Amino acid sequence: MTSHEKDIKMWTPFTMVLLLVIGLGALVIFYRLVNGLGAATNLNDRFPWGLWIGFDVLGGVAMAAGGFLIAGAVYILNWKKYKPIVRPAVLTAFFGYLLAATAIMFDIGVPWRIWHPAVMWQIHSVMWVVAIHVILYTLTLATESSPMIFEKLKMNAALTFVKKIMVPVVLFGVLLSVLHQSSLGAVYLIVPHKLSNLWYSSQLPTLFLVSAVMMGLSMVSLENIISSKAFNHKPNMEILSGLARGTLIAAVIYGALKLIKLFKGGIGSAFDGSLEANMFLLEMLVGVIIPIVLLLSRKVRASINQILFVDILVVAGILLNRLNVAVFGVYRDQSATGLSYFPTLMEFIVTLALVAAAIFGFKLAAKYLRLFPEPEGA
Amino acid sequence: MAKSVLIDLTRCIGCRGCQIACKEWNERKAKKTEMRGVYTNPPELNSETYTYIKFVEQEKDGVPVWSFIKDQCLHCKDPACVSACPVEALKKTEAGPVTYHFDRCIGCRYCMLACPFYIPKYEWEKAVPWVQKCSFCSERIKADMVPACIKTCPTGTMFYGEYDDVLKEGRSRINKSPGKYVDHIYGEKEAGGTSWMYISNVPFASLGFNANIVNRNFPEYTWKYIGKIPAVIGVVLIVGAATWALTRSKNSDKEE
Ligand code: SF4
Ligand code: SF4
Ligand code: SF4
Repeated sequence: MTSHEKDIKMWTPFTMVLLLVIGLGALVIFYRLVNGLGAATNLNDRFPWGLWIGFDVLGGVAMAAGGFLIAGAVYILNWKKYKPIVRPAVLTAFFGYLLAATAIMFDIGVPWRIWHPAVMWQIHSVMWVVAIHVILYTLTLATESSPMIFEKLKMNAALTFVKKIMVPVVLFGVLLSVLHQSSLGAVYLIVPHKLSNLWYSSQLPTLFLVSAVMMGLSMVSLENIISSKAFNHKPNMEILSGLARGTLIAAVIYGALKLIKLFKGGIGSAFDGSLEANMFLLEMLVGVIIPIVLLLSRKVRASINQILFVDILVVAGILLNRLNVAVFGVYRDQSATGLSYFPTLMEFIVTLALVAAAIFGFKLAAKYLRLFPEPEGA
Repeated sequence: MAKSVLIDLTRCIGCRGCQIACKEWNERKAKKTEMRGVYTNPPELNSETYTYIKFVEQEKDGVPVWSFIKDQCLHCKDPACVSACPVEALKKTEAGPVTYHFDRCIGCRYCMLACPFYIPKYEWEKAVPWVQKCSFCSERIKADMVPACIKTCPTGTMFYGEYDDVLKEGRSRINKSPGKYVDHIYGEKEAGGTSWMYISNVPFASLGFNANIVNRNFPEYTWKYIGKIPAVIGVVLIVGAATWALTRSKNSDKEE
């Protein structure tokens, strides 16, 4: 079939490790279902949300932003240059959402009621807005990814149909993503007294959206470079530099918004040496400041390895941002009466397992589907 | 029409009768606690404890003063928890109580995060857990009975009645005995106003009342975002469609 299919070895030791981790994760989830959240996690009355919400849900969704950006660039802006990376970008987004949705499913106390928001509308709740978007956008991403499957199964009628409706579907996806990324920030609007001033801002929805753009572009670039290394095909430098420029622009906007906010809220609190201040500085340094400095150099933007380095920084930095908002930013307030939170081994295992499942799924798709279309005419 | 309560902290003697009456009426089990060298027990509200008395000792004019603070859901007028809940498992009733309906709850725990007073608690130890909090004895109120804690209290710490009367009573107690109370009805403005309010002889901040609570309806914070969604939908769809139409012809579509 495709030329690289034979190049991808499925049953490597790495794959075995992935499967092992996924298996462990499944065991933990079983344990959690039987014994409850209290037995499996360190969550408590003062820390109702922890690693799964902070990392898997907030992080997973932000990671998925590349999907709507690249699909939008190709189908709405008609920037055909990015066509070769639409499929991997959309597929990554799909796995990002599956990761988030699975985490939500087992994080909520009553998993089998996950459908309640779909029929019990409460439009005053940001959480309801979030829930509806998870559902709709996961379906949209499935539609956007479906051509690969239809191709494989030789279902030509379905393929033609999906291709026909692709533009409106992509536009719908862009809309849902803009709303979903920002609504995750809006979740925290209601805790002005709990979330530290370093993160709390009436601009939280915008900040979440812009940082998701940074993260999404970096993630697409990252996975292009890594899969080109792993699957032995040459990455398209023009695309990578374009993505790097996009990340830079988003990072500058994000940095400026954060800076304005910081000056308004008293910049001193960022340097008072407290846990939250240090986490904040780490996040800004890794995810925003160093990437901006590096990406400003044209030389960096022309080097695959240096772009890869920046991508890793941005992804790590924004993941840390989400974790900070969910855990470290509220830590001072929530631990005031002595309760504390650090994830259990089981929480870590589930998080690792979800990431492993996403990587494994991506690998399967790369092997069996036409994930990376051959260059034109090849 | 909404019921309301004024807690006069100068009257409470810390007998904890209310804490027990509440457990009995609501059939709440005991939770194992430890000796911690203080009178407050349990240390915080929990899924089996809807109300408890916090013991605070401090000095006023050189003499020790004890304060006993009854804590429970304040039944906000426009509650953060109600606006946060994605499935309407929490409701503000016309009679005053904010009630919880387990048959809808999915267990997302956003109510716990959103509540400025740390009231909703979760049954972490159960495989099928619910949120737990004081219901203002809404079933008793429906039956024209006084809430269990108020019924039990031997000192009349809680003044129960219609919202306007309760607020008036608070004002008049403060005005009638100058110097006895601090001039502040906690809950009159906090979080946009609550159905349960407090008056005290010592400053509220010294009793552990959260001084960071803004005098504003919490649901407004998130509504400012949600209210904009229709506009965002319009803008994205129109701009998106226009962009697509404009850029389509320029780049000739090289289909694979
Ligand atoms: S005190 Fe908290 S739980 Fe009670 S009504 Fe207000 S927001 Fe809801
Ligand atoms: S935990 Fe239950 S009551 Fe609380 S916000 Fe979620 S669904 Fe509503
Ligand atoms: S029953 Fe009355 S006096 Fe006794 S602790 Fe409760 S509020 Fe105070």
